Amino acid sequence: MSRISEAISDLHKMDMEAEKNGWLQGIHPLPKLLVTILFILLTVSFGKYDLSGLLKMGVYLIITYVLGDISIKQLLKRMKLVLAFVCLVGIWNPFFDREILFSLGNLSVTGGMISMVTLMVKGVYAVSASYLLMVTTSMEDLCYALRKIGVPKTFVTILMLVYRYIIVLLKEIERMMDGYMLRAPKEKGLHYKVWGTMIGQLLLRSMDRAQTVYDSMMLRGYNGEFHLRCKRAARRLDYLYTVGWSAALLIVRIW
Amino acid sequence: MHMADALVSPAVAGTMYAVSAGTAVYAVKKIKPEDLDKKVPMMGVMGAFVFAAQMINFTIPGTGSSGHLCGGMLLSAILGPHAGFLTMIAILAIQSLMFADGGLLALGCNVWNMAFYGCFVGGGLIWRGMTGKKLTKGRITAASIIGCMLSLQLGAFSVTVETLISGITELPFSVFLSVMQPIHLAIGLVEGLITAAVLVFVGEARPETLSTDPSTLGKDGCMSRRKMVGALAASALLIGGVVSLFASGNPDGLEWSMEKVAGTAELSASGMLHQMAEKLQGITALLPDYGFQTLESAVGTSFSGIVGGMIVLAVCLFLCLAIKRLKHTGADKGNTGNEQN
Repeated sequence: MSRISEAISDLHKMDMEAEKNGWLQGIHPLPKLLVTILFILLTVSFGKYDLSGLLKMGVYLIITYVLGDISIKQLLKRMKLVLAFVCLVGIWNPFFDREILFSLGNLSVTGGMISMVTLMVKGVYAVSASYLLMVTTSMEDLCYALRKIGVPKTFVTILMLVYRYIIVLLKEIERMMDGYMLRAPKEKGLHYKVWGTMIGQLLLRSMDRAQTVYDSMMLRGYNGEFHLRCKRAARRLDYLYTVGWSAALLIVRIW
Repeated sequence: MHMADALVSPAVAGTMYAVSAGTAVYAVKKIKPEDLDKKVPMMGVMGAFVFAAQMINFTIPGTGSSGHLCGGMLLSAILGPHAGFLTMIAILAIQSLMFADGGLLALGCNVWNMAFYGCFVGGGLIWRGMTGKKLTKGRITAASIIGCMLSLQLGAFSVTVETLISGITELPFSVFLSVMQPIHLAIGLVEGLITAAVLVFVGEARPETLSTDPSTLGKDGCMSRRKMVGALAASALLIGGVVSLFASGNPDGLEWSMEKVAGTAELSASGMLHQMAEKLQGITALLPDYGFQTLESAVGTSFSGIVGGMIVLAVCLFLCLAIKRLKHTGADKGNTGNEQN
Protein backbone atom coordinates (compact mmCIF):
# COMPACT_ATOMS: atom_id res chain seq x y z
CA MET A 1 0.00 0.00 0.00
CA SER A 2 1.38 3.43 -0.91
CA ARG A 3 1.94 6.10 1.73
CA ILE A 4 -1.00 8.12 0.42
CA SER A 5 -3.51 5.26 0.41
CA GLU A 6 -2.25 4.26 3.84
CA ALA A 7 -2.99 7.77 5.13
CA ILE A 8 -6.50 7.67 3.59
CA SER A 9 -7.15 4.27 5.15
CA ASP A 10 -5.86 5.45 8.56
CA LEU A 11 -8.18 8.46 8.51
CA HIS A 12 -11.16 6.26 7.58
CA LYS A 13 -10.33 3.80 10.34
CA MET A 14 -10.10 6.54 12.94
CA ASP A 15 -13.41 8.03 11.83
CA MET A 16 -15.06 4.63 12.04
CA GLU A 17 -13.60 3.97 15.51
CA ALA A 18 -14.90 7.34 16.71
CA GLU A 19 -18.40 6.50 15.47
CA LYS A 20 -18.52 3.20 17.40
CA ASN A 21 -21.00 2.68 20.20
CA GLY A 22 -18.54 2.10 23.04
CA TRP A 23 -18.76 3.70 26.49
CA LEU A 24 -15.72 5.89 25.85
CA GLN A 25 -17.16 7.14 22.57
CA GLY A 26 -20.31 8.00 24.53
CA ILE A 27 -18.49 10.34 26.92
CA HIS A 28 -18.92 14.04 26.15
CA PRO A 29 -15.96 15.36 24.10
CA LEU A 30 -15.07 18.16 26.54
CA PRO A 31 -14.23 15.88 29.51
CA LYS A 32 -12.15 13.67 27.20
CA LEU A 33 -10.18 16.63 25.90
CA LEU A 34 -9.57 18.04 29.38
CA VAL A 35 -8.50 14.70 30.86
CA THR A 36 -6.17 14.07 27.90
CA ILE A 37 -4.49 17.47 28.30
CA LEU A 38 -4.14 16.95 32.05
CA PHE A 39 -2.69 13.47 31.56
CA ILE A 40 -0.07 14.64 29.07
CA LEU A 41 0.80 17.65 31.19
CA LEU A 42 1.29 15.55 34.32
CA THR A 43 3.21 12.90 32.38
CA VAL A 44 5.80 15.31 31.03
CA SER A 45 6.09 17.02 34.42
CA PHE A 46 7.85 13.98 35.91
CA GLY A 47 11.55 14.38 36.48
CA LYS A 48 13.97 12.64 34.19
CA TYR A 49 14.90 10.02 36.82
CA ASP A 50 11.38 9.57 38.19
CA LEU A 51 10.60 6.40 36.28
CA SER A 52 8.80 4.76 39.16
CA GLY A 53 6.27 7.57 39.43
CA LEU A 54 5.86 7.78 35.68
CA LEU A 55 5.08 4.09 35.34
CA LYS A 56 2.11 4.48 37.66
CA MET A 57 0.54 7.00 35.28
CA GLY A 58 0.11 4.10 32.85
CA VAL A 59 -2.88 3.01 34.95
CA TYR A 60 -5.03 5.56 33.07
CA LEU A 61 -4.02 4.15 29.69
CA ILE A 62 -4.45 0.52 30.71
CA ILE A 63 -7.92 1.09 32.11
CA THR A 64 -9.17 3.14 29.17
CA TYR A 65 -7.61 0.97 26.46
CA VAL A 66 -8.66 -2.36 27.93
CA LEU A 67 -12.13 -1.40 29.11
CA GLY A 68 -12.73 0.79 26.08
CA ASP A 69 -11.82 -2.08 23.71
CA ILE A 70 -9.34 0.11 21.83
CA SER A 71 -7.12 -1.74 19.37
CA ILE A 72 -3.42 -1.03 19.88
CA LYS A 73 -2.40 -2.19 16.40
CA GLN A 74 -2.88 1.26 14.88
CA LEU A 75 -1.35 2.87 17.94
CA LEU A 76 1.86 0.89 17.56
CA LYS A 77 2.10 2.05 13.94
CA ARG A 78 1.95 5.67 15.07
CA MET A 79 4.53 5.05 17.78
CA LYS A 80 7.24 4.41 15.19
CA LEU A 81 7.36 8.00 14.09
CA VAL A 82 7.49 9.54 17.54
CA LEU A 83 9.84 7.00 19.05
CA ALA A 84 12.33 7.48 16.24
CA PHE A 85 12.95 11.13 17.15
CA VAL A 86 12.63 10.58 20.89
CA CYS A 87 15.17 7.74 20.70
CA LEU A 88 17.50 9.90 18.65
CA VAL A 89 17.54 12.47 21.44
CA GLY A 90 17.49 10.05 24.38
CA ILE A 91 19.96 7.46 23.13
CA TRP A 92 22.88 9.71 24.06
CA ASN A 93 21.91 10.02 27.72
CA PRO A 94 23.69 6.79 28.87
CA PHE A 95 26.93 8.08 27.33
CA PHE A 96 26.90 11.43 29.08
CA ASP A 97 25.24 10.63 32.41
CA ARG A 98 27.21 7.75 33.90
CA GLU A 99 26.34 8.19 37.57
CA ILE A 100 25.43 4.75 38.94
CA LEU A 101 22.04 4.73 40.65
CA PHE A 102 21.79 1.05 41.58
CA SER A 103 23.09 -2.34 40.54
CA LEU A 104 21.23 -5.36 39.28
CA GLY A 105 23.70 -8.16 39.89
CA ASN A 106 26.64 -7.28 37.69
CA LEU A 107 24.77 -4.65 35.73
CA SER A 108 25.20 -1.10 36.95
CA VAL A 109 22.18 1.03 36.12
CA THR A 110 23.22 4.62 35.44
CA GLY A 111 21.24 7.85 35.53
CA GLY A 112 21.54 8.09 31.74
CA MET A 113 19.88 4.71 31.26
CA ILE A 114 16.99 5.67 33.52
CA SER A 115 16.52 9.08 31.89
CA MET A 116 16.55 7.44 28.43
CA VAL A 117 13.83 4.96 29.43
CA THR A 118 11.85 7.74 31.15
CA LEU A 119 11.94 9.78 27.95
CA MET A 120 10.70 6.86 25.88
CA VAL A 121 7.92 6.05 28.35
CA LYS A 122 6.82 9.70 28.25
CA GLY A 123 6.73 9.54 24.44
CA VAL A 124 4.67 6.35 24.46
CA TYR A 125 2.24 7.70 27.05
CA ALA A 126 1.68 11.02 25.29
CA VAL A 127 1.04 9.40 21.90
CA SER A 128 -1.25 6.80 23.47
CA ALA A 129 -3.31 9.50 25.20
CA SER A 130 -3.69 11.59 22.01
CA TYR A 131 -4.59 8.49 20.01
CA LEU A 132 -7.17 7.51 22.61
CA LEU A 133 -8.79 10.92 22.30
CA MET A 134 -8.93 10.73 18.51
CA VAL A 135 -10.33 7.20 18.21
CA THR A 136 -13.09 7.95 20.66
CA THR A 137 -13.99 11.47 19.47
CA SER A 138 -14.99 12.62 16.00
CA MET A 139 -13.38 15.76 14.55
CA GLU A 140 -16.72 17.63 14.76
CA ASP A 141 -17.00 16.79 18.47
CA LEU A 142 -13.39 17.73 19.07
CA CYS A 143 -13.92 21.08 17.35
CA TYR A 144 -16.99 21.61 19.53
CA ALA A 145 -14.86 20.94 22.63
CA LEU A 146 -12.17 23.33 21.37
CA ARG A 147 -14.77 26.08 20.96
CA LYS A 148 -15.97 25.38 24.51
CA ILE A 149 -12.48 25.95 25.92
CA GLY A 150 -12.25 29.27 24.08
CA VAL A 151 -10.37 28.49 20.87
CA PRO A 152 -11.36 31.22 18.34
CA LYS A 153 -14.06 30.31 15.80
CA THR A 154 -11.84 31.24 12.85
CA PHE A 155 -9.24 28.70 13.82
CA VAL A 156 -11.81 25.96 14.55
CA THR A 157 -13.46 26.57 11.16
CA ILE A 158 -10.09 26.30 9.38
CA LEU A 159 -9.35 23.09 11.29
CA MET A 160 -12.70 21.60 10.26
CA LEU A 161 -12.26 22.58 6.64
CA VAL A 162 -8.69 21.27 6.42
CA TYR A 163 -9.82 17.98 7.89
CA ARG A 164 -12.81 17.69 5.54
CA TYR A 165 -10.74 18.34 2.43
CA ILE A 166 -7.72 16.23 3.35
CA ILE A 167 -9.34 13.03 2.11
CA VAL A 168 -10.58 14.72 -1.09
CA LEU A 169 -7.12 16.05 -1.94
CA LEU A 170 -5.31 12.90 -0.84
CA LYS A 171 -7.47 10.93 -3.26
CA GLU A 172 -6.72 13.43 -6.00
CA ILE A 173 -2.98 13.19 -5.36
CA GLU A 174 -3.23 9.41 -5.26
CA ARG A 175 -4.84 9.40 -8.72
CA MET A 176 -2.20 11.78 -10.06
CA MET A 177 0.65 9.73 -8.62
CA ASP A 178 -0.85 6.47 -9.91
CA GLY A 179 -1.03 8.00 -13.39
CA TYR A 180 2.53 9.30 -13.10
CA MET A 181 3.93 6.01 -11.83
CA LEU A 182 2.30 4.10 -14.69
CA ARG A 183 4.10 6.39 -17.13
CA ALA A 184 7.37 6.49 -15.21
CA PRO A 185 7.66 3.09 -13.53
CA LYS A 186 11.38 3.41 -12.80
CA GLU A 187 10.99 6.58 -10.72
CA LYS A 188 10.95 6.23 -6.93
CA GLY A 189 9.32 9.61 -6.50
CA LEU A 190 8.35 12.64 -8.53
CA HIS A 191 11.12 13.57 -11.01
CA TYR A 192 12.44 17.08 -10.50
CA LYS A 193 11.46 18.13 -14.03
CA VAL A 194 7.76 17.72 -13.18
CA TRP A 195 7.81 19.09 -9.61
CA GLY A 196 6.41 22.43 -10.69
CA THR A 197 3.84 21.25 -13.22
CA MET A 198 2.38 18.39 -11.17
CA ILE A 199 2.11 20.16 -7.85
CA GLY A 200 1.41 23.53 -9.45
CA GLN A 201 -1.55 22.06 -11.39
CA LEU A 202 -2.90 20.52 -8.22
CA LEU A 203 -2.46 23.82 -6.41
CA LEU A 204 -4.36 25.74 -9.07
CA ARG A 205 -7.12 23.14 -9.07
CA SER A 206 -7.29 23.36 -5.26
CA MET A 207 -7.64 27.13 -5.48
CA ASP A 208 -10.50 26.77 -7.95
CA ARG A 209 -12.07 24.24 -5.64
CA ALA A 210 -11.73 26.68 -2.73
CA GLN A 211 -13.60 29.32 -4.75
CA THR A 212 -16.39 26.84 -5.51
CA VAL A 213 -16.54 25.84 -1.84
CA TYR A 214 -16.81 29.50 -0.83
CA ASP A 215 -19.57 30.17 -3.39
CA SER A 216 -21.60 27.20 -2.25
CA MET A 217 -21.11 28.10 1.41
CA MET A 218 -22.35 31.62 0.72
CA LEU A 219 -25.40 30.24 -1.10
CA ARG A 220 -26.19 28.18 1.98
CA GLY A 221 -26.08 31.26 4.21
CA TYR A 222 -22.52 31.04 5.59
CA ASN A 223 -21.86 34.01 7.84
CA GLY A 224 -18.35 33.30 9.03
CA GLU A 225 -19.06 30.53 11.48
CA PHE A 226 -19.81 26.83 11.40
CA HIS A 227 -22.52 26.14 13.93
CA LEU A 228 -21.07 23.22 15.80
CA ARG A 229 -23.25 21.28 18.15
CA CYS A 230 -22.66 18.27 20.30
CA LYS A 231 -24.84 15.23 19.70
CA ARG A 232 -26.03 15.30 23.30
CA ALA A 233 -25.84 17.31 26.51
CA ALA A 234 -23.43 16.52 29.32
CA ARG A 235 -24.63 13.81 31.73
CA ARG A 236 -23.69 12.85 35.26
CA LEU A 237 -21.26 10.24 33.92
CA ASP A 238 -19.35 12.96 32.04
CA TYR A 239 -18.84 14.99 35.22
CA LEU A 240 -17.84 11.83 37.07
CA TYR A 241 -15.34 10.97 34.31
CA THR A 242 -13.71 14.41 34.53
CA VAL A 243 -13.60 14.67 38.31
CA GLY A 244 -12.67 11.02 38.83
CA TRP A 245 -9.78 10.94 36.38
CA SER A 246 -8.49 14.37 37.33
CA ALA A 247 -8.39 13.42 40.99
CA ALA A 248 -6.86 10.03 40.27
CA LEU A 249 -4.15 11.44 38.02
CA LEU A 250 -3.26 14.19 40.48
CA ILE A 251 -3.06 11.67 43.33
CA VAL A 252 -0.77 9.43 41.25
CA ARG A 253 1.39 12.46 40.38
CA ILE A 254 1.70 13.67 43.96
CA TRP A 255 2.00 10.17 45.46
CA MET B 1 11.33 18.43 12.85
CA HIS B 2 8.04 17.78 14.67
CA MET B 3 8.73 17.74 18.41
CA ALA B 4 7.08 15.07 20.51
CA ASP B 5 5.46 15.77 23.88
CA ALA B 6 8.18 13.78 25.62
CA LEU B 7 10.81 16.27 24.49
CA VAL B 8 9.38 19.31 26.23
CA SER B 9 8.89 20.23 29.88
CA PRO B 10 5.57 21.81 30.96
CA ALA B 11 7.31 25.18 31.46
CA VAL B 12 8.71 25.24 27.91
CA ALA B 13 5.48 23.87 26.43
CA GLY B 14 3.41 26.48 28.27
CA THR B 15 5.69 29.34 27.25
CA MET B 16 5.69 28.29 23.61
CA TYR B 17 1.90 27.83 23.66
CA ALA B 18 1.54 31.37 24.99
CA VAL B 19 3.94 32.81 22.40
CA SER B 20 2.32 30.91 19.50
CA ALA B 21 -1.21 31.76 20.67
CA GLY B 22 -0.23 35.43 20.91
CA THR B 23 1.13 35.33 17.36
CA ALA B 24 -2.07 33.59 16.17
CA VAL B 25 -4.22 36.32 17.75
CA TYR B 26 -2.03 38.93 16.03
CA ALA B 27 -2.44 37.06 12.70
CA VAL B 28 -6.25 36.94 13.06
CA LYS B 29 -6.31 40.67 13.81
CA LYS B 30 -4.15 41.47 10.78
CA ILE B 31 -6.60 39.83 8.38
CA LYS B 32 -9.39 42.26 7.56
CA PRO B 33 -12.76 40.99 8.88
CA GLU B 34 -14.37 41.37 5.44
CA ASP B 35 -11.56 39.29 3.90
CA LEU B 36 -11.59 36.70 6.64
CA ASP B 37 -14.90 35.05 5.66
CA LYS B 38 -13.71 34.77 2.08
CA LYS B 39 -10.26 33.58 3.05
CA VAL B 40 -11.39 30.89 5.48
CA PRO B 41 -12.55 28.36 2.82
CA MET B 42 -9.39 29.13 0.83
CA MET B 43 -7.28 28.53 3.94
CA GLY B 44 -9.08 25.26 4.60
CA VAL B 45 -8.62 23.89 1.10
CA MET B 46 -5.03 25.15 0.84
CA GLY B 47 -4.25 23.55 4.20
CA ALA B 48 -5.58 20.25 2.90
CA PHE B 49 -3.52 20.75 -0.27
CA VAL B 50 -0.28 21.22 1.69
CA PHE B 51 -1.12 18.26 3.90
CA ALA B 52 -1.70 16.05 0.84
CA ALA B 53 1.38 17.41 -0.98
CA GLN B 54 3.51 16.48 2.03
CA MET B 55 2.76 12.84 1.24
CA ILE B 56 4.56 13.00 -2.10
CA ASN B 57 8.14 11.80 -2.42
CA PHE B 58 10.21 14.21 -4.49
CA THR B 59 13.22 12.55 -6.10
CA ILE B 60 16.43 14.47 -5.36
CA PRO B 61 18.59 14.43 -8.50
CA GLY B 62 21.89 12.57 -8.19
CA THR B 63 21.34 11.24 -4.66
CA GLY B 64 18.86 8.39 -5.02
CA SER B 65 16.92 9.73 -2.04
CA SER B 66 13.76 11.77 -1.83
CA GLY B 67 12.55 14.89 -0.01
CA HIS B 68 9.24 16.30 1.20
CA LEU B 69 7.41 19.57 1.27
CA CYS B 70 6.81 21.42 4.56
CA GLY B 71 4.68 24.15 3.05
CA GLY B 72 4.90 27.17 5.35
CA MET B 73 6.51 29.40 2.79
CA LEU B 74 4.35 28.12 -0.05
CA LEU B 75 1.21 28.95 1.94
CA SER B 76 2.52 32.41 2.74
CA ALA B 77 3.29 33.11 -0.89
CA ILE B 78 -0.30 32.25 -1.85
CA LEU B 79 -2.34 33.36 1.17
CA GLY B 80 -0.04 35.92 2.79
CA PRO B 81 1.94 35.35 6.01
CA HIS B 82 -0.94 35.84 8.45
CA ALA B 83 -3.45 33.54 6.79
CA GLY B 84 -0.62 31.12 5.98
CA PHE B 85 0.39 31.01 9.65
CA LEU B 86 -3.17 30.17 10.78
CA THR B 87 -3.45 27.47 8.13
CA MET B 88 -0.14 25.93 9.19
CA ILE B 89 -1.39 25.74 12.79
CA ALA B 90 -4.42 23.74 11.60
CA ILE B 91 -2.15 21.40 9.61
CA LEU B 92 0.17 20.87 12.58
CA ALA B 93 -2.79 20.26 14.91
CA ILE B 94 -4.22 17.59 12.60
CA GLN B 95 -0.81 16.00 12.14
CA SER B 96 -0.35 15.71 15.88
CA LEU B 97 -3.86 14.45 16.53
CA MET B 98 -4.38 12.07 13.63
CA PHE B 99 -0.88 10.89 12.79
CA ALA B 100 1.03 11.34 16.06
CA ASP B 101 3.43 13.57 14.13
CA GLY B 102 4.32 16.01 16.92
CA GLY B 103 2.50 16.15 20.22
CA LEU B 104 -0.56 17.86 21.61
CA LEU B 105 1.47 19.55 24.34
CA ALA B 106 4.38 20.31 22.02
CA LEU B 107 2.04 21.96 19.51
CA GLY B 108 3.05 25.43 20.68
CA CYS B 109 6.71 24.60 20.04
CA ASN B 110 5.96 23.08 16.64
CA VAL B 111 3.87 26.07 15.62
CA TRP B 112 6.75 28.36 16.48
CA ASN B 113 9.47 26.19 14.93
CA MET B 114 7.69 25.48 11.67
CA ALA B 115 4.77 27.83 11.14
CA PHE B 116 6.23 31.05 12.53
CA TYR B 117 9.60 30.85 10.81
CA GLY B 118 8.15 29.40 7.60
CA CYS B 119 5.36 31.95 7.29
CA PHE B 120 6.74 35.12 8.87
CA VAL B 121 10.47 34.85 8.26
CA GLY B 122 10.48 32.80 5.04
CA GLY B 123 7.13 33.94 3.64
CA GLY B 124 6.99 37.41 5.17
CA LEU B 125 10.50 38.76 5.45
CA ILE B 126 12.29 36.98 2.61
CA TRP B 127 9.52 36.37 0.07
CA ARG B 128 7.99 39.82 0.42
CA GLY B 129 11.37 41.49 0.59
CA MET B 130 12.74 39.82 -2.52
CA THR B 131 9.68 39.63 -4.74
CA GLY B 132 7.97 42.86 -3.64
CA LYS B 133 9.40 45.03 -6.41
CA LYS B 134 9.29 42.63 -9.31
CA LEU B 135 8.08 39.08 -9.65
CA THR B 136 10.61 37.33 -11.88
CA LYS B 137 11.56 33.68 -12.20
CA GLY B 138 14.99 34.30 -10.68
CA ARG B 139 13.61 36.27 -7.74
CA ILE B 140 10.96 33.63 -7.01
CA THR B 141 13.59 30.87 -7.07
CA ALA B 142 16.10 32.78 -4.95
CA ALA B 143 13.45 33.86 -2.43
CA SER B 144 12.09 30.33 -2.13
CA ILE B 145 15.49 28.73 -1.56
CA ILE B 146 16.78 31.39 0.85
CA GLY B 147 13.45 31.58 2.69
CA CYS B 148 13.11 27.82 3.15
CA MET B 149 16.74 27.34 4.17
CA LEU B 150 16.66 30.21 6.65
CA SER B 151 13.34 29.20 8.20
CA LEU B 152 14.44 25.59 8.57
CA GLN B 153 17.74 26.64 10.13
CA LEU B 154 15.91 28.82 12.65
CA GLY B 155 13.39 26.03 13.28
CA ALA B 156 16.10 23.44 13.90
CA PHE B 157 17.89 25.90 16.18
CA SER B 158 14.69 26.40 18.19
CA VAL B 159 14.15 22.64 18.50
CA THR B 160 17.63 22.30 19.98
CA VAL B 161 17.09 25.16 22.41
CA GLU B 162 13.64 23.98 23.52
CA THR B 163 14.86 20.42 24.09
CA LEU B 164 17.87 21.59 26.06
CA ILE B 165 15.92 24.06 28.21
CA SER B 166 13.46 21.26 28.94
CA GLY B 167 16.37 19.29 30.41
CA ILE B 168 15.49 16.22 28.35
CA THR B 169 18.83 15.31 26.85
CA GLU B 170 22.32 15.00 28.26
CA LEU B 171 23.72 15.78 24.81
CA PRO B 172 25.91 18.92 24.95
CA PHE B 173 24.41 21.90 23.17
CA SER B 174 27.20 22.16 20.60
CA VAL B 175 26.97 18.48 19.67
CA PHE B 176 23.18 18.59 19.36
CA LEU B 177 23.41 21.72 17.27
CA SER B 178 26.07 20.24 15.00
CA VAL B 179 23.74 17.31 14.29
CA MET B 180 20.58 19.35 13.74
CA GLN B 181 21.79 22.30 11.66
CA PRO B 182 23.57 20.55 8.73
CA ILE B 183 20.72 18.04 8.24
CA HIS B 184 18.21 20.85 8.09
CA LEU B 185 20.40 22.82 5.72
CA ALA B 186 20.05 19.99 3.20
CA ILE B 187 16.33 19.58 3.95
CA GLY B 188 15.84 23.33 3.56
CA LEU B 189 17.58 23.33 0.19
CA VAL B 190 15.34 20.54 -1.12
CA GLU B 191 12.22 22.19 0.24
CA GLY B 192 13.34 25.49 -1.30
CA LEU B 193 13.77 23.87 -4.71
CA ILE B 194 10.33 22.21 -4.54
CA THR B 195 8.70 25.45 -3.39
CA ALA B 196 10.51 27.37 -6.15
CA ALA B 197 9.38 24.90 -8.85
CA VAL B 198 5.75 25.17 -7.73
CA LEU B 199 5.76 28.95 -7.32
CA VAL B 200 7.50 29.54 -10.66
CA PHE B 201 4.81 27.44 -12.34
CA VAL B 202 2.01 29.28 -10.54
CA GLY B 203 3.72 32.62 -11.23
CA GLU B 204 3.70 31.87 -14.95
CA ALA B 205 0.22 30.35 -15.09
CA ARG B 206 -1.59 32.75 -12.77
CA PRO B 207 0.70 35.51 -11.51
CA GLU B 208 -2.20 37.28 -9.78
CA THR B 209 -2.53 34.43 -7.28
CA LEU B 210 0.88 35.02 -5.73
CA SER B 211 0.52 37.09 -2.61
CA THR B 212 1.63 40.70 -2.91
CA ASP B 213 -0.57 42.16 -0.21
CA PRO B 214 0.48 45.84 0.02
CA SER B 215 -0.50 46.08 3.69
CA THR B 216 2.60 44.14 4.71
CA LEU B 217 4.91 46.01 2.37
CA GLY B 218 6.60 49.34 2.83
CA LYS B 219 6.19 52.28 0.44
CA ASP B 220 9.04 51.12 -1.73
CA GLY B 221 7.63 47.63 -1.98
CA CYS B 222 10.06 46.17 0.52
CA MET B 223 9.25 44.88 3.97
CA SER B 224 8.35 47.76 6.27
CA ARG B 225 11.00 48.69 8.81
CA ARG B 226 8.68 48.06 11.77
CA LYS B 227 7.90 44.55 10.63
CA MET B 228 11.51 43.81 9.91
CA VAL B 229 12.51 45.06 13.37
CA GLY B 230 9.74 42.93 14.89
CA ALA B 231 10.94 39.81 13.13
CA LEU B 232 14.53 40.51 14.05
CA ALA B 233 13.55 41.16 17.68
CA ALA B 234 11.88 37.74 17.80
CA SER B 235 15.03 36.14 16.45
CA ALA B 236 17.14 38.12 18.91
CA LEU B 237 15.02 36.85 21.80
CA LEU B 238 15.58 33.33 20.64
CA ILE B 239 19.29 33.78 20.14
CA GLY B 240 19.47 35.47 23.56
CA GLY B 241 17.93 32.36 25.07
CA VAL B 242 20.54 30.22 23.39
CA VAL B 243 23.48 32.40 24.20
CA SER B 244 22.49 32.30 27.86
CA LEU B 245 23.07 28.57 27.76
CA PHE B 246 26.66 29.21 26.84
CA ALA B 247 27.07 31.57 29.77
CA SER B 248 30.47 30.95 31.27
CA GLY B 249 30.64 29.07 34.51
CA ASN B 250 33.44 31.41 35.52
CA PRO B 251 32.57 34.50 37.54
CA ASP B 252 31.89 37.76 35.71
CA GLY B 253 34.06 40.83 36.17
CA LEU B 254 32.32 42.08 39.33
CA GLU B 255 32.16 38.61 40.91
CA TRP B 256 35.83 38.04 40.08
CA SER B 257 36.77 41.30 41.74
CA MET B 258 34.68 40.48 44.81
CA GLU B 259 36.28 37.07 45.10
CA LYS B 260 39.72 38.67 45.00
CA VAL B 261 38.81 41.27 47.59
CA ALA B 262 36.38 39.51 49.94
CA GLY B 263 37.18 35.86 49.20
CA THR B 264 33.61 35.16 48.09
CA ALA B 265 31.38 36.19 45.20
CA GLU B 266 28.20 36.09 47.31
CA LEU B 267 28.27 38.71 50.05
CA SER B 268 25.87 38.01 52.89
CA ALA B 269 24.25 40.89 54.69
CA SER B 270 22.82 40.82 58.18
CA GLY B 271 19.91 42.88 59.37
CA MET B 272 16.16 42.40 59.30
CA LEU B 273 15.59 44.42 56.12
CA HIS B 274 18.16 42.41 54.16
CA GLN B 275 16.76 39.12 55.39
CA MET B 276 13.21 40.13 54.45
CA ALA B 277 14.35 41.21 51.00
CA GLU B 278 16.23 37.93 50.58
CA LYS B 279 13.14 35.92 51.56
CA LEU B 280 10.96 37.91 49.14
CA GLN B 281 13.47 37.39 46.37
CA GLY B 282 13.50 33.65 47.08
CA ILE B 283 9.72 33.55 46.64
CA THR B 284 9.49 35.75 43.56
CA ALA B 285 12.58 34.66 41.64
CA LEU B 286 11.35 32.42 38.85
CA LEU B 287 14.80 31.94 37.47
CA PRO B 288 17.25 31.88 40.37
CA ASP B 289 20.81 32.00 39.05
CA TYR B 290 19.34 32.06 35.52
CA GLY B 291 17.84 28.57 35.80
CA PHE B 292 14.29 27.30 36.24
CA GLN B 293 13.30 26.56 39.81
CA THR B 294 13.65 22.80 39.96
CA LEU B 295 11.02 20.71 41.64
CA GLU B 296 12.89 17.44 41.53
CA SER B 297 15.97 16.28 43.29
CA ALA B 298 18.74 15.23 40.95
CA VAL B 299 18.24 11.56 41.49
CA GLY B 300 14.89 10.56 42.86
CA THR B 301 14.60 6.98 41.87
CA SER B 302 15.43 3.56 43.12
CA PHE B 303 15.16 0.05 41.84
CA SER B 304 12.38 -0.78 44.31
CA GLY B 305 10.43 2.27 43.15
CA ILE B 306 10.57 1.17 39.51
CA VAL B 307 9.57 -2.37 40.41
CA GLY B 308 6.72 -0.95 42.49
CA GLY B 309 5.50 1.07 39.52
CA MET B 310 5.62 -1.95 37.26
CA ILE B 311 3.68 -4.02 39.79
CA VAL B 312 0.96 -1.35 39.91
CA LEU B 313 0.68 -1.48 36.12
CA ALA B 314 0.63 -5.30 36.06
CA VAL B 315 -2.09 -5.49 38.72
CA CYS B 316 -4.11 -2.84 36.91
CA LEU B 317 -3.78 -4.66 33.57
CA PHE B 318 -4.77 -7.95 35.18
CA LEU B 319 -7.85 -6.43 36.83
CA CYS B 320 -8.96 -4.69 33.63
CA LEU B 321 -8.59 -7.84 31.57
CA ALA B 322 -10.55 -9.79 34.20
CA ILE B 323 -13.37 -7.20 34.14
CA LYS B 324 -13.38 -7.24 30.34
CA ARG B 325 -13.56 -11.03 30.30
CA LEU B 326 -16.42 -11.04 32.80
CA LYS B 327 -18.25 -8.47 30.66
CA HIS B 328 -17.84 -10.56 27.52
CA THR B 329 -18.87 -13.76 29.32
CA GLY B 330 -21.98 -11.98 30.59
CA ALA B 331 -22.80 -10.68 27.12
CA ASP B 332 -22.29 -14.13 25.54
CA LYS B 333 -24.59 -15.73 28.12
CA GLY B 334 -27.20 -13.08 27.40
CA ASN B 335 -26.99 -13.75 23.66
CA THR B 336 -27.26 -17.53 24.16
CA GLY B 337 -30.30 -17.00 26.38
CA ASN B 338 -31.96 -14.81 23.74
CA GLU B 339 -31.26 -17.36 21.01
CA GLN B 340 -32.79 -20.16 23.11
CA ASN B 341 -35.92 -18.04 23.70
